[in-house]
Amino acid sequence: MSRAARLAREWAPPALLLGTLVAAWEVAARAGWVQDYLLPAPSEVARALVDDRKLLLEDAWVTGQEVLLGFGLALAVGVAIAVALHASGLLRRAVYPLVVASQAVPVVVIAPILVIWFGFDMTPKLIVIALICFFPIVVNTFDGLRAVDPAQAKMLRTLGADRWALLRRLELPAALPYFFSGAKVAVAVAVIGAVFGELAGSDAGLGHAIQVGMAQLLTARVFAAVVILSAMAIGLFALVSAAERLAVPWAGRRKAAA
Amino acid sequence: MSVRAPERESLMASAAPAQPAVTIAGLTKEFSTRRGTVAALGGVSLQVATGEVLGLVGPSGCGKSTLLEIVAGLQEPSAGQVAVEGRPASADRLAACVLMPQRDLLLPWRSALDNAGLALELGGVGRRGARRRAAALFERFGLGEFAAARPDELSGGMRQRVAFARTLLAARPVLLLDEPFASLDAITRAELQEWTGEALAAEPRAVLLVTHDIEEALYLGDRVLVLSPRPGRVRMELPGARGAAGPRSETVTSAEFSRLRARALEALA
Repeated sequence: MSRAARLAREWAPPALLLGTLVAAWEVAARAGWVQDYLLPAPSEVARALVDDRKLLLEDAWVTGQEVLLGFGLALAVGVAIAVALHASGLLRRAVYPLVVASQAVPVVVIAPILVIWFGFDMTPKLIVIALICFFPIVVNTFDGLRAVDPAQAKMLRTLGADRWALLRRLELPAALPYFFSGAKVAVAVAVIGAVFGELAGSDAGLGHAIQVGMAQLLTARVFAAVVILSAMAIGLFALVSAAERLAVPWAGRRKAAA
Repeated sequence: MSVRAPERESLMASAAPAQPAVTIAGLTKEFSTRRGTVAALGGVSLQVATGEVLGLVGPSGCGKSTLLEIVAGLQEPSAGQVAVEGRPASADRLAACVLMPQRDLLLPWRSALDNAGLALELGGVGRRGARRRAAALFERFGLGEFAAARPDELSGGMRQRVAFARTLLAARPVLLLDEPFASLDAITRAELQEWTGEALAAEPRAVLLVTHDIEEALYLGDRVLVLSPRPGRVRMELPGARGAAGPRSETVTSAEFSRLRARALEALA
């Protein structure tokens, strides 16, 4: 199959589906079946994207920073907790239930409290994002650390590896594919965390733009903000996937060989 | 070989006053499972001298691998004594032995060369120094052009050679080989047996070779112990053909070799 044919085969189905949905939506809105302020036509959303670009870009910049920093925080905390859970049975019994329980805390409830504690600046947003993101990173990385072949661990021990060397030379590299699975799930929901954080109290960001737009019934701008959020999630996901291919080149090839 | 022989003898002579590299006496091992206690080893006694290759053959599940892991310091016996270079503590055994398992267990994220140099790096040698020393061995092993290859790009025989290089570079006085060629096809296995015989001749180490392949044990070993089914104990000792002159194909088809193989088979039956 030629390169063009392969590209077409990969991209034609989602493009067709998306195009059809958008077209139907456009027709429905123009025909006046739904009110404009309830569901604006895609063309109006596109116009809002263009007309309000300065405002939206500024907000996107703020939200983007929050997402990147919050996701980074989640990566650091998530990996650290996963390693701690793996290293100590005591910690595992003590901390793991709390890690799980943290996911039952409704973010909508905790976000305003964080705003009371930390104010309107970035800190509460980062905490909300990290709170949402760290869980899949912890669970996947922890599973990866435990999934190491015991024969491989024995082999390394007879080659002179102590506990730390086992972690560094075997368990952490072996856990990388698992870690990336978790990171991909996390990065896709990081954007939601930023919006929750901003809705609870902020003066900038796409969540803020959504809040203001809703209040003023500028629905097209709200949709435009959501489009940018989606694009951000897709871009970050692609970035993490690219990092995975760079960091774990052996995984894909082994699968292909099997 | 004729040039090397006196050198080896002198090395062995200097080691002679010391105790054998590996001493095992009355060793037993029991595992408790959900269905009760299983005896894996039923009182094994043996010794391996420095410079000697001792072959261990036995039916599947007779505790051969368990025996190696106990010697290596990865497990403790239920009863009996085990000492490596006179030291019984598991940490000392771990430090004096290196175990080569049946599967090559190469780390997929390291190149062939970096896999081979693993023990050096674990011992505190820098990545560059480890590579230099591994590269020297790679040349000798005919692996030179595969140094940068990732394990998944190598054939089974090549991977096993890299695993063997990794084992030798650990530079331990005791080598424990656990069915090192079992996963290879017959032709590659024969080739690697011959090659291993040469590689081991160059270095005076104590080698315990566990295998279920009688021919392999007889060909590579100075002595061969035949173990009974579980719980394993020594049933018979045979002389091996190690150091026999001429190619492998001649050695393993000689009348003497056939006679030994027949006796081993009888003991296994």
